[in-house]
Amino acid sequence: MNAATETAVAAEATGEPEVMLKVENVSLSFGGVRAITNISFDIRKGEIRAIIGPNGAGKTSMLNVINGFYHPQEGVITFKGAARSKMRPYEAASQGIARTFQNVALFKGMSTLDNIMSGRTLLMKKHFFWHLFHYGPARTEEIEHRRKVEEIIDFLEIQHIRRAPVGRLPYGLQKRVELGRALAMEPELLLLDEPMAGMNLEEKEDMSRFILDVNSQFGTTIALIEHDMGVVMDLSDRVVVLDYGKKIADGTPEEVQANQDVIDAYLGVSH
Amino acid sequence: MFYREAGQFKTSYEADQQVFPILQDKIGIGAILIIGLVVVPLTGSDFMITSIMIPFLIFSLATIGLNILTGYAGQLSLGSGAFMGVGAYACYKLTTIFPDANLVVLVLLSGFFSAAIGMVFGLPSLRIKGLYLAVTTLAAQFFLEWCFIRVPWLYNYNASGAIEVPERTGFGGIILSGPAASPLTRYFLVLGLVILITIIMKNIVRGRVGRSWMMIRDMDIAAELIGVRPLVAKLSAFAVSSYVCGVAGALMVFSWLGAAEPAAFSINLSFQILFMAILGGLGSLVGSFMGAAFIWILPVLIRFGMPAVGIDIAAETVEHTTRMIVGALIIFFLIVEPHGLVRLWQIAKEKLRVWPFPYV
Repeated sequence: MNAATETAVAAEATGEPEVMLKVENVSLSFGGVRAITNISFDIRKGEIRAIIGPNGAGKTSMLNVINGFYHPQEGVITFKGAARSKMRPYEAASQGIARTFQNVALFKGMSTLDNIMSGRTLLMKKHFFWHLFHYGPARTEEIEHRRKVEEIIDFLEIQHIRRAPVGRLPYGLQKRVELGRALAMEPELLLLDEPMAGMNLEEKEDMSRFILDVNSQFGTTIALIEHDMGVVMDLSDRVVVLDYGKKIADGTPEEVQANQDVIDAYLGVSH
Repeated sequence: MFYREAGQFKTSYEADQQVFPILQDKIGIGAILIIGLVVVPLTGSDFMITSIMIPFLIFSLATIGLNILTGYAGQLSLGSGAFMGVGAYACYKLTTIFPDANLVVLVLLSGFFSAAIGMVFGLPSLRIKGLYLAVTTLAAQFFLEWCFIRVPWLYNYNASGAIEVPERTGFGGIILSGPAASPLTRYFLVLGLVILITIIMKNIVRGRVGRSWMMIRDMDIAAELIGVRPLVAKLSAFAVSSYVCGVAGALMVFSWLGAAEPAAFSINLSFQILFMAILGGLGSLVGSFMGAAFIWILPVLIRFGMPAVGIDIAAETVEHTTRMIVGALIIFFLIVEPHGLVRLWQIAKEKLRVWPFPYV
């Protein structure tokens, strides 16, 4: 039995799923532009939570707030029971939040292997001094992490591009390497910003399978931004819908699909 | 045909992570080491050793230093000449204060002064990048050059304003510096330090620290979200880079020139090092050697090669022709391969591996 189902069973037993991340009354503005207005929602441990909305709704800003890249003017974010006000991205990363980017943000000059190894940065602790010699503690550590990275490479089925510079890879594979880099951080909360943008049907199916496998095998909680409604409704446990920086709906995929505000936001409404 | 890795299997991550995993590469690097350690000392004339090999090695070392900063960490610097100067002056002061100490130790120590100054001038990199950062390192260049001229304590109140290398010994009375030091001693001193520092730099860049530099270079926002602290990564790159440049600067004065005026560490030196790094290939240690060889050795070969093959022309014409040929070659190579000579070398190796087929 895997971690996610254990959590689910535990949740059923108590009837109260553990909340991993809680966003309360968060507002973010850039000068006069209000990107996010008074949004509250939560992400439960072990679930796949989708954040959807039309372009410019504030979805990516929301992710940037969660991992500490933007500092909201108002509101409280509670992660694993600890509230925080201002947090550096470095601290978010060390608490177990990893993410991928809307526009692939891989390290173009490095190989696939090095890109995924780079995800282990925070888990590698050996002092700079040991790196001067390579033999000894630094190498032991390097190989220990290489073993973990190879597991991820196997999991994502990208063995054949291990040595290839990522700049030369096709887009679909780059997205997969980026997922691998985020997984290498062994995150508790994984933020995926449009993991399927620009993919064909087959690549989307592959990526969906990887997301479900990550969730069930590693028990990772996932927050997902995606525009493909078919994918969102099939994958996610709960969906939060944003429009113009405001939350307009929150609930299971079925509830959200039936919500009149959501239909209006996506299809437009005649005034 | 000969450059094939077929049949060379790796069964452990240790074997897979070697610097030279392919047997042919190991043979090649062994041959180069034998040439450097045995063939050159045995067959080279004093002229070849003091005017070609020693400066080539010193420039290679300085280029490695700049490559750490610009090639690996992506921070453009025009101050490498001044950081070399800091190393040279620090070493000069150290030999004055500790006249009996081993010169090698003092040379290695002087790099730390350069590293400290480099970190101070690296602070602006936390706010600005690219060409704007280059301008602030230019400030370092001019400020430090001013110090070399205006602070007489640095050159021991010498009337000429230059530093003259005193005679220093080490390793049981061998004269390592000064006019009495033999070219071979100086050559081995430089070669030993270059090999040592190159190995250490390779160890750093292939581990966690080097990866964090490359992460900052390629995509600083993603690096930060993965957990690299820009402050630590950028300043450590400045420190390591300036350390290597400082050691190169100390060697330049103590093992090659014998005396140096502040003008030796001018902006021209910084540009020369930068061109070596760009031409050789940014982000590559082998490229540093290639770039230094191209810019230092090629002109010497042309200058002395033309009379040798019977082209009889006046000395100043040779000088001008050399400049034109080298300039044209730099333009040619940068058009053919903007990523430097090392990229050409990599492409050649890839082609050899699949020969006679165009691709696998």
